[in-house]
Amino acid sequence: MTLKPVDRRSVLQMLAAAGSAPFVLKSTVAHAETPLTVGVLYSGSKQDYGFNQSHAQAAAALKKLPGIKVIEEERVPETIAAQRSMEGMIRQDGAQLILATSFGYFKPHVLEMAAKYPDVTFAHTGGVWTAGMPENIGTFYAYIFEAQYTSGIIAGHMTKSKKLGLVAAKPTPNLLRSINAFAIGARSVDPAIQVQVIFTGDWVLPVREAEATNTLVDQGADVIAAQVDSPKVVVETAEKRGVMSCGYHSSQAEVAPNGYLTGAEWNWITPYLVYAGSVRGGKKPEHYLRAGLGDHFVKNSPFGKLVTPEARAAAETARADLMGGTRVIYSGPLKDNKGNVVIPAGVMQSSNDRALDGINYLVEGIIGQV
Amino acid sequence: MSSISGIEPVPPKPLVTAAQLSVALPVLAVLLASAIFAAFVALYGQNPATVFGLIVQGGFGSSFAWQDTLSRAAPLVLVGLAVAIPAQAGLVIIGGEGALVLGGLAGAVVTLPFAGAHAFPMQCLMLLAGALIGGLWFGLAGVLRQYRGVNETISSLLLSYIGIAVFHHLTEGMLRDPASLDKPSTHPIDPSYMLPTLPGVGVHAGLAVSLLLAIAVHVVLRYTRWGFALRVVGGSARVARMIGLAVNRWIIGASVVAGGMAGIAGAIEVAAVQGTANSSLIVGYGYSGILVAFLARHQPLAIVAVALLIGGMQASASLLQRRLGLPDATMLVFQGLIFVCVLVADAIAQQLRETTRR
Repeated sequence: MTLKPVDRRSVLQMLAAAGSAPFVLKSTVAHAETPLTVGVLYSGSKQDYGFNQSHAQAAAALKKLPGIKVIEEERVPETIAAQRSMEGMIRQDGAQLILATSFGYFKPHVLEMAAKYPDVTFAHTGGVWTAGMPENIGTFYAYIFEAQYTSGIIAGHMTKSKKLGLVAAKPTPNLLRSINAFAIGARSVDPAIQVQVIFTGDWVLPVREAEATNTLVDQGADVIAAQVDSPKVVVETAEKRGVMSCGYHSSQAEVAPNGYLTGAEWNWITPYLVYAGSVRGGKKPEHYLRAGLGDHFVKNSPFGKLVTPEARAAAETARADLMGGTRVIYSGPLKDNKGNVVIPAGVMQSSNDRALDGINYLVEGIIGQV
Repeated sequence: MSSISGIEPVPPKPLVTAAQLSVALPVLAVLLASAIFAAFVALYGQNPATVFGLIVQGGFGSSFAWQDTLSRAAPLVLVGLAVAIPAQAGLVIIGGEGALVLGGLAGAVVTLPFAGAHAFPMQCLMLLAGALIGGLWFGLAGVLRQYRGVNETISSLLLSYIGIAVFHHLTEGMLRDPASLDKPSTHPIDPSYMLPTLPGVGVHAGLAVSLLLAIAVHVVLRYTRWGFALRVVGGSARVARMIGLAVNRWIIGASVVAGGMAGIAGAIEVAAVQGTANSSLIVGYGYSGILVAFLARHQPLAIVAVALLIGGMQASASLLQRRLGLPDATMLVFQGLIFVCVLVADAIAQQLRETTRR
């Protein structure tokens, strides 16, 4: 099995091939007689101020391109309904590309449908394609923890109490990577900073998210970050309590005009265009597509009005370093919050290192447990 | 009661018989709901005719649509039965979700020690395990009611929350497959143990199991002493005791059988669709069962019909979103309207029956 993560250069090549810039795409599709029909499935509401909205924004951008028709379906549960919806998109609407945006769609739903419809391309968010799976499946994801690291730097500069709070859903590897990156970013500003994490236990639990936020503020945190499906409640509650906040998935600046500092956002339009390009070009989809800030797979929300010039500058430097590869977030020596060395001195795990896939620790400086 | 004068009062002949009424009113209710829904979509700027056209097309207009409808209806039949069976005995048990997810979990793990066995016994084992655990879960609500006087509606709902919490605890802890990184799941079941697709229908065999169980429940309730005894218990526990029925056993038994139905539904989801137990099982099927059973007036065969209706509506909701860009909630509005109208019609029917009786 040769599953090597895609490096920056090859992404750029793919994008160029795919016609990532709209005007390029325009010229490739202008000749096409029939528009490319793209079906997008979301597991939640398109207006959730969170994960689903980040996808819906990309789908809306895709829709504006000439030669592309987008059909969407929201709140599709990860049951037989997901298979039926994909099948409906293919058979009733003639979709040639299916974008399945929820983790749970992969096994078994995307796998089943891809085997049944080998001429349709399926692109799935978060899945990991392995040899033996249907060739018409692409899996893509983004290193959002790079953007969360930048958010951590902003939060680290802005905090006065040196205590940051973070409300997260479940200790899955994907969230742990981001939580740790946030803490590493903040503590790169001042190692005295502590990040207190509360896991709510599920992806969408608005009441518990609000309670957790209040608890964190009561305990002295003056910046609250969120890693739940829809961070709206956390950011809103933080604003109400008069503390600063950092968002996740998409921008929540709207609900916290005063205290919103920045947020880690997905920029799904980039991988969407890669897959639209491969369908147009009649090529096999990229099976394992991962990239971060440097390739515009993720971004940070525009900085809020409270963010000081000093913090902005530090964040920009960090971003440039990450993009240039001169800074690696997971660099040794790194200890977990129980004192064990998890990455020895001299070892660096760059963002595309598959060793990070199964991460199961919280780094030093985080109060909380997996 | 005869009058003092000795003249028997002639009861006024009702305009319609009770049987006619019980068919006509729900139909009228659905028509009324459709009319309100039509007004609603018109307000939304859509042509009601187009919308209804798509609903019919998406749910029932082609063999593809029927396949869609049937596969969405399959799980609803069993969760509907889980509410309807205890209802015969006068119980309102609404915690089907907990029994369903625990039944699914049981089905997902029970075959793990037996790799490479014959498929059929393993499939039976999965459904049986689901039925047992689901039955146990509802049984608790029955026991609490009979021996502790705890209202079964409340206890079953609370037990459902506990069941879901236990499910999370186990699938994210002890029973988790370490390879399932970002979606904690149990170890996948052997692919050869998955329930097959029904030939010619294109829907998994769970549909056949659900239909057979619905028919079986219908026969038992309608044509056997068991069904009669259950209704006597439901009518009046005192009368039931007087004629020598062991009320506790009937109540708890009905709860266990109902929980078994929900548990089988969960096991089917695992054995026919998911292949593993994870949070994708918790999608509210158990709660949909309440709607299905009440709309069907707790009649097993009507449950099949209502499940088809709701399955079809979900299938067409999918088409409505794609073709007209209507929000997903559109179909929920329609479902809600139907539910409210049928309930109101039910109340009216009851009133009419009482007036005619007087």
